[in-house]
Amino acid sequence: MIQPATPDLITVNVDGKEIAVPKGTNMIEAARRVGVDVPHYCYHSKLSVVGNCRMCLVEMGMPAVDPATKAPVMDSATGKQRVNWMPRPTIACATNASPGLHIRTTTPIVKECREGVMEFLLINHPLDCPICDQAGECKLQEQSTGYGRGYSRFIEQKNVKPKRTALGPRVTLDDERCILCSRCIRFSKEVAKDDVLGFIDRGSYSTLTCYPGRKLENNYSLNTVDICPVGALTSTDFRFKMRVWFLKQTNSIDTESSVGANTVVWSREGVIYRVTPRQNDAVNDTWMADSGRVLYKQIRDASRLESVRVDGAVADLDSAVKAAADRMAAGKVAVVGSGRSTVEEQFLTRKLALAVKARAWLVSRVGEGDALLVSADRNPNVRGALVTGLVSGLPSRSLDSLGAQIDAGEVTCVVSVGEDLTAAGLSAVQLSKVSVIYLGTHSNATSAAAKVVIPTLMVFEKHGTFVNQQFRIQRFAKAVPGGPGATDDLVVLSRLVSAAGGPKLGADLGSLWPSIAAEVAPLSTMSYGNIPDTGLLLDATPWQGLAFVEGPSLHFKPAAPAAKEASRG
Amino acid sequence: MVFKHIDEPGYTNDLACYVRNGGYEVLRKSVLRKPEELVDEVKKSGLRGRGGAGFPCGVKWTLLDRKSGKPIYLVVNADESEPGTFKDRYIIHNDPHQLLEGIMITCFANKVERAYIYIRGEFPEGARILEKAIAEARAANFVGPNILGTGYGCEIYVHRGAGAYICGEETGLIESIEGKRPYPRIKPPYFPAVLGLYQCPTIVNNVETLCHVKHIADRGGEAYSKIGTPNNTGTRILCVSGHVRRPGYYEFEVGKITMGQLLNEVCGGPLPGRAFKAVIPGGSSAKVLKVGERYKGKRKAGADMVEYDWGLEDIPMDFDSLAMIGSMGGSGGVIVMDDSVSMVEALANINAFYSHESCGQCTPCREGSLWMKKITGRMVHGEARPADGALLKSVADQIAGRTICAFGEACAWPTQSFIAKFGDEFKAYPETKKSPRADGVPELV
Repeated sequence: MIQPATPDLITVNVDGKEIAVPKGTNMIEAARRVGVDVPHYCYHSKLSVVGNCRMCLVEMGMPAVDPATKAPVMDSATGKQRVNWMPRPTIACATNASPGLHIRTTTPIVKECREGVMEFLLINHPLDCPICDQAGECKLQEQSTGYGRGYSRFIEQKNVKPKRTALGPRVTLDDERCILCSRCIRFSKEVAKDDVLGFIDRGSYSTLTCYPGRKLENNYSLNTVDICPVGALTSTDFRFKMRVWFLKQTNSIDTESSVGANTVVWSREGVIYRVTPRQNDAVNDTWMADSGRVLYKQIRDASRLESVRVDGAVADLDSAVKAAADRMAAGKVAVVGSGRSTVEEQFLTRKLALAVKARAWLVSRVGEGDALLVSADRNPNVRGALVTGLVSGLPSRSLDSLGAQIDAGEVTCVVSVGEDLTAAGLSAVQLSKVSVIYLGTHSNATSAAAKVVIPTLMVFEKHGTFVNQQFRIQRFAKAVPGGPGATDDLVVLSRLVSAAGGPKLGADLGSLWPSIAAEVAPLSTMSYGNIPDTGLLLDATPWQGLAFVEGPSLHFKPAAPAAKEASRG
Repeated sequence: MVFKHIDEPGYTNDLACYVRNGGYEVLRKSVLRKPEELVDEVKKSGLRGRGGAGFPCGVKWTLLDRKSGKPIYLVVNADESEPGTFKDRYIIHNDPHQLLEGIMITCFANKVERAYIYIRGEFPEGARILEKAIAEARAANFVGPNILGTGYGCEIYVHRGAGAYICGEETGLIESIEGKRPYPRIKPPYFPAVLGLYQCPTIVNNVETLCHVKHIADRGGEAYSKIGTPNNTGTRILCVSGHVRRPGYYEFEVGKITMGQLLNEVCGGPLPGRAFKAVIPGGSSAKVLKVGERYKGKRKAGADMVEYDWGLEDIPMDFDSLAMIGSMGGSGGVIVMDDSVSMVEALANINAFYSHESCGQCTPCREGSLWMKKITGRMVHGEARPADGALLKSVADQIAGRTICAFGEACAWPTQSFIAKFGDEFKAYPETKKSPRADGVPELV
């Protein structure tokens, strides 16, 4: 939904309050702007309007005009133009702003409409909130408290429907709880472009299901769980694991690609239970891919590095930093930075490379883009490496040329900041020729070959910023404490920089950002604290000519046609 | 007029018989005229839709968005599914070419090149007859690419429904033709005249309405408007069912016959030993009328307002009078109930129908119709409570006027009117139910 730069503003009236809104704004959104809540279930700002739940019924009126002369009819009592109120209530979701439109949301008719719809929705809905997984984040629960009567007149048998249908590998459906709002159906069709859901049977016996022979298994299936207003669609992974009101919410960023979908990490007592999308209309709307929601599981993976090691023996950080500095001083160094590191870490990585007079490399990760929220560039922060000056061009597909330098003896020490060098194209033989200093989260061939291993933090365990494919700098926050034995990347890097003879730089965001702002021109006016939750667009002109690998995604169009494989260095 | 030949001995539904009786002459005449003239004739005729709502046909045609550049479609609503109505079926079965001629005139008048007949799934024979009739008409060049050598072409397709009442709702019907579930669309923005079939401007007309178009094109709008009564022009077919001696379909000038004449003279009065108790005048969704009740008020007679004081038998069978007394002419299905009928059981039957047919799209109708069915079902199964009538009414009040389509009213009006007119019977029902029925009428279980 790109709004025109100067939208036609129209004045409408919500409960006596005037508000100017762009033409075509529906009345739920208009009311929201003046702080009036119009309850609704089926309406979703990012989906088509179907008007089936009838919860948003309001009274609507238009300014009275004389049918013959078209002159406004004035009310002598108030001196204002009279309003002709419609006899029947109207759904606010399908009522778009037109000049002078009035709605009332507090009248007895509206109250009664809401009570009626609430009662209808609840008669066949299980009234077992205490054992329902949606409790605490259920629209039905909230709005029944807010707008319902508080008692039931229903003494008949409730309808019986399937209780736990696996719609796909990640989504479980409780049909009795479904209020048939069709949000999930519309999402699948309109956003995920995978039309698999539909209703069978009719009337109150209507049942949500997949089309015969199909499954809800696209990489966006869990968004249906997020938008389900009730406890019908649940995440098979998360259901019945934790009460949502115990969970702490932390703003984060999806790291699976350069899209940088905004997310919320839900955790309790240092344990993450789920990751859900966070609305950012310029990046991911209200969606995220399923694949990004399970990344947190790597935190507790058995391969997580838990101790600092020097030459294979457990050591402390001080001796590891010293050992690393010695090795760097003794050899010809190459620094392999990462497109997964944060802007701040990349800044320090660059400082390290400068201190040891090494060339900095970047590892590229390219997959298939889905034109929605997973892009071809599977690094979340390649543009950060450009912005901070860690690298001046795009990374090549493999580290072959670094391997050649190793073979030629031009490099004898490699510092890898979180990158598995064998996965990036170096052979075990090449690794054995150099002393490897590895900063990372998980064990792999590189950590096994490394002389110095320093465990660091995963994205969920630290603060930082990424620059996404739009050159939008977005920040994320620490959701849970770091794993045992792990040290914040910033601490490790800043100590390595100074141990290698470089400047003394801050080891936390507060003390580091002034240095970043001073040295990195595009970030000169910023600090970690003043980046808004939806990010800030940076000036991308210096990098316009680069052949980025991404095709279009939800809110991104590549500047030039995506580069061909062959044309890349 | 429409039923002129139906039931005539020897009258068959093939083309030869139709042509022998002057068939397709009006189409021959019409295609030589300007389309706009024909639209004007229909406007002048005052023809009101015979499907249920009684919307003026000419107005419907003029609302068409003709500037969009998109094709205009005609959709013929042959989903005659309102209980108590059985007129369109006889037109289709016995005189299908009359319908086709009406369709072709309508298409020509509105520059439509593609018409769909949406026939309900329960009419397989009707669909077969229509297919045959269309083939005959095409062979005779009444339908097809070059109709009667004028260069104007129009195709008719028959689309069979799958058996849902809601497909009679015009936007639900359109969805169904498009191959989707017949969920009625929200209006605005999806008015068929602007965004109808395949998002193109679309006319949806009832079978009987289109037959009248033929007669209007034949006689001229002015002459047609003299038939019937002002604002209720032409003839209409009344389908009488229930407790009368001679149930059936009867065609009368609109408003020229009263309910009393219809039931007592035309239909032969109540069954022996019985007395009328209630009448539903326009298909089962119309509000019920109680025998013995007086209807008073003021009505327009020409330019003046005159007082009226009618008993049920005095009510003229036209759109306006029935609307004035709080019911409707609807689809013309007159359902008669005599004193053997328990109104609670009758309502249980109607509610069972509507809850079965609710499409389930929007909340009030989906949940409310089934709730009402469950209440009346429980009542007739011996667990009635005196307060159930009031509960029923309150549920119905929560449905009517709050739904996407008119089904909300269709399912709420019977309950609202049954409780309003026969509330005492509902209150007394728990007691009534305890005593065995003296009249030997089998118990509804």
